[in-house]
Amino acid sequence: MTDVLTRAAPPAPASQARLRSPMALRLRRVAGAPGRIWIVGAALTALLVAIPALALVREAARGSAGLWPHLLAHVIPDAALQTAILLTGVGVMVTVLGCVTAWLVTAHEFPGRRIFEWALLLPLATPTYIVAYAYLDLLHPLGAVQGSIRWLLGYASPRDFRLPDIRSMTGCIILLGFVLYPYVYLTSRAMFLTQAANLVEASRTLGTRRGQVFWRVALPLARPAIAVGVSLALMETLNDIGASEFLGVNTLTISIYTTWVTRSDLAGAAQIALVMLAFVLVLVMAERHARRRQRYWTSPQRARSLAPGRLGTGAGLAAAAFCALPVVVGFLAPASYLAAEAWKRFRFAGLSANILTEAVTTVALAAVATLTTLALGLAVASAARAAPGRLTALLQRLSTIGYAMPGTVVAIGVLVPLAALDRWIDQSAQTWLGVATGLALIGSGAALCYAYTVRFLAIPTGSVDAGFSRIPRSLDHAARSLGENVTGVFRRVHLPLSTSALASAGLLVFVDCMKELPATLLLRPLNMETLATHLYGEAARGSYEDAALAALLIVLVGMAPVIVLARIGRRQPE
Amino acid sequence: MPEANPPAMELSEAPPMLAVRGVSRRFGGRQALDAVSLTLAPGEIICLVGQSGCGKSSLLRLIAGVDAPDAGSIVLNGAEIAGPGVFVEPEDRHIGFMFQDYALFPHLTVADNIGFGLRRLPKAEARRRTAEVMARIGVAGMAGRYPHTLSGGEQQRVALARALAPQPVLLLMDEPFSNLDRGLSDRVRAETLAILRDLGTAAIIVTHDPEEALAAGDRVALMQDGRVAQTGTGRDIHDRPCSLYVAEFFRPCNRLAGQARGGQVATPLGAFPTTLADGQGAVVCIRRHALQVAAPGAGAAAQVTGSVFLGDVEELALRVAGVSEPLVMRVMGHAPARPGDTLSVAVSPDGAMVFPAI
Repeated sequence: MTDVLTRAAPPAPASQARLRSPMALRLRRVAGAPGRIWIVGAALTALLVAIPALALVREAARGSAGLWPHLLAHVIPDAALQTAILLTGVGVMVTVLGCVTAWLVTAHEFPGRRIFEWALLLPLATPTYIVAYAYLDLLHPLGAVQGSIRWLLGYASPRDFRLPDIRSMTGCIILLGFVLYPYVYLTSRAMFLTQAANLVEASRTLGTRRGQVFWRVALPLARPAIAVGVSLALMETLNDIGASEFLGVNTLTISIYTTWVTRSDLAGAAQIALVMLAFVLVLVMAERHARRRQRYWTSPQRARSLAPGRLGTGAGLAAAAFCALPVVVGFLAPASYLAAEAWKRFRFAGLSANILTEAVTTVALAAVATLTTLALGLAVASAARAAPGRLTALLQRLSTIGYAMPGTVVAIGVLVPLAALDRWIDQSAQTWLGVATGLALIGSGAALCYAYTVRFLAIPTGSVDAGFSRIPRSLDHAARSLGENVTGVFRRVHLPLSTSALASAGLLVFVDCMKELPATLLLRPLNMETLATHLYGEAARGSYEDAALAALLIVLVGMAPVIVLARIGRRQPE
Repeated sequence: MPEANPPAMELSEAPPMLAVRGVSRRFGGRQALDAVSLTLAPGEIICLVGQSGCGKSSLLRLIAGVDAPDAGSIVLNGAEIAGPGVFVEPEDRHIGFMFQDYALFPHLTVADNIGFGLRRLPKAEARRRTAEVMARIGVAGMAGRYPHTLSGGEQQRVALARALAPQPVLLLMDEPFSNLDRGLSDRVRAETLAILRDLGTAAIIVTHDPEEALAAGDRVALMQDGRVAQTGTGRDIHDRPCSLYVAEFFRPCNRLAGQARGGQVATPLGAFPTTLADGQGAVVCIRRHALQVAAPGAGAAAQVTGSVFLGDVEELALRVAGVSEPLVMRVMGHAPARPGDTLSVAVSPDGAMVFPAI
């Protein structure tokens, strides 16, 4: 007995003294104990995202009498029809282009395959409004392309020969298809790379001919991935404001813009925005439906890459040509046009002060929005980590809905509550301080940053959540058993282990903010221009001054995430 | 040996350092822990053993505070740390936890991992303590290395050093040796136990390995389906199991079915005393080494049907008239017979345990 006591004696008194005092003070209730701060943060974030959507519904319901019949009779049917045609056309284009190129580069060996693997992503760097802007000039009856064709065929003037006008629904579908197909290419290529090898081999041993593999195995296999890619591409299509405007396609986005900007009719804009949300809902549901069995499709064993089969010379050249087409049309041609035009302008006028100011404005806005978005995304992901459960899962889902909302819709949704808030601040300031603040939030660009945050919050939430999921839970428990509280675990373990996820999310958000056009057009303070709005303004006026330079800058910045994507999507070494 | 086994009498007198009282935990529809009670004396090392899914890891997580019980309470050094309306956060419990996967922080060096829990100490003091622990556990040479560059045994030692550095009153270890090779795990276990004894740190070691459970701790607690089936010293629980499950958990047994009659169960290998009521079905459990060769005519006649050579021992499969399953006899050194031979076998005194039939 003495033996036991003496052995145990030294640590016991000291530890008891150390143990009792904090424990007596820090008895807490079980409910809601872990990560309460994060849950509050996540709830606030979800609320911030939900407010614009709710405000939209409220504003639309409030709409002035007699307006809705007018919209229903004259504006919405045509715009909805145009939008539906555009979505269908772009959907078909991106499916064919994305899927076929992905299958070509993963399952076949042909000249240039390794280059095409990453080059096919390049059109992601050209926003839709820039590609439209570039082609409007390139394909102008008096422009370079048509001029060369006429010279080749021996025609003298555009009156004798001209290509069909690019300013049409067909032109818009083709151009959008050529810059948006990479979404489908990315997702279906990832599916082919990780899933196809075993199944393709199995199908061959079961008597499927080489040429049939695509139709019988690859395409059905890639269906969920294609659905994801197509829905992303179509959301971009819905979001587009520049291309459809320049090319004369009157979509819902355009009608929202004109209803608000030229008619100052917020309720009407909100009503059209709701119609647009219905389109988004259909898209999301279609995507869910196509993916419903996806989880059964992921194989448990480590994926093996497909061994590319070599194509003959003729077939190889045809494959290379097919892959080259979207790269040239979607990136090389517009980018070199912009580079050439920008160079001409630079030699002629140098860098104008305007464009420098606009670049600084763009970067500053994007930087503020990126930091806010990252912080809120971290809060949401951390809440889900600290207190996994239905509540945090719901908050997480809520906080990402902005990604499905087109920029104009988010902008109108943000405008409604912030305009009211601005009026209230102004009145209070006048009453109490005798100062007029005017539009404090909208005028300062705060509203714009808010809209960016709502729209792009899904990026850091998803990416940080994925980063967190790679950190074993035992690390959290180890840190806590070593005396760290929930916040400390976040700071000392989660944060340092997710820096790369944060960095890539930050990059994506930053570039998306810089490229963003529709929300920026609606929410920018008076007299403030970003690179994107400058380009839009010049294209709308038909003047071609500094626009090429602004467009080139945006495309260059837009290439950064493409490079990151290309590195991530590379085949894993065996 | 005497030093390793504080008798049970002393334990009941010393105030328990940890008392788990009627703790229950449900996960969805599954009762992971069902009114579990367990006490631990200061400096005591207890092995929590059981098949996977029996609830031993769940219990450890409740004690550590990374999970909260649905019912029951946990008291540490006289203060309730979990119970109705009470929950002390894991960081305030001063209970060390060593994980099966070691859970070393991949972004920190060995020294920073070990110093992780010393944040509340002054910098110099934390550095001194880290160096001290590293020297004591024998990882001083790895201070600047990162976890992924360490071997399994080295990682285990760093995890131990990290858990011990804040001088916890109690160390919980979840399968701490299961990721190591057989030979290495024996050595590391001996070293680890020596360090714990030396520091006087109480510990709960979770394991699924019966031999490790018998060898490692002062006491063994065997868990079955979310309950503690039996607690006691290794010898206690091995020699006097309270149920057939406990008996067979540590060593496979030969089972003979029978019926209690007049305080006895009659079997082809003889009659064994029992306290079961007359007419109740019984299972007689005979350990393999308790079967012995008897003088011809003194035991039951058995035909050898097979043999397995295991090095220092050999096991013979025997067929005895009236017993449906073949019996297995474990003999030291050379077997007294070959397959095809006939033997006379008997059960050694106290070699049989009688349990009610399931």
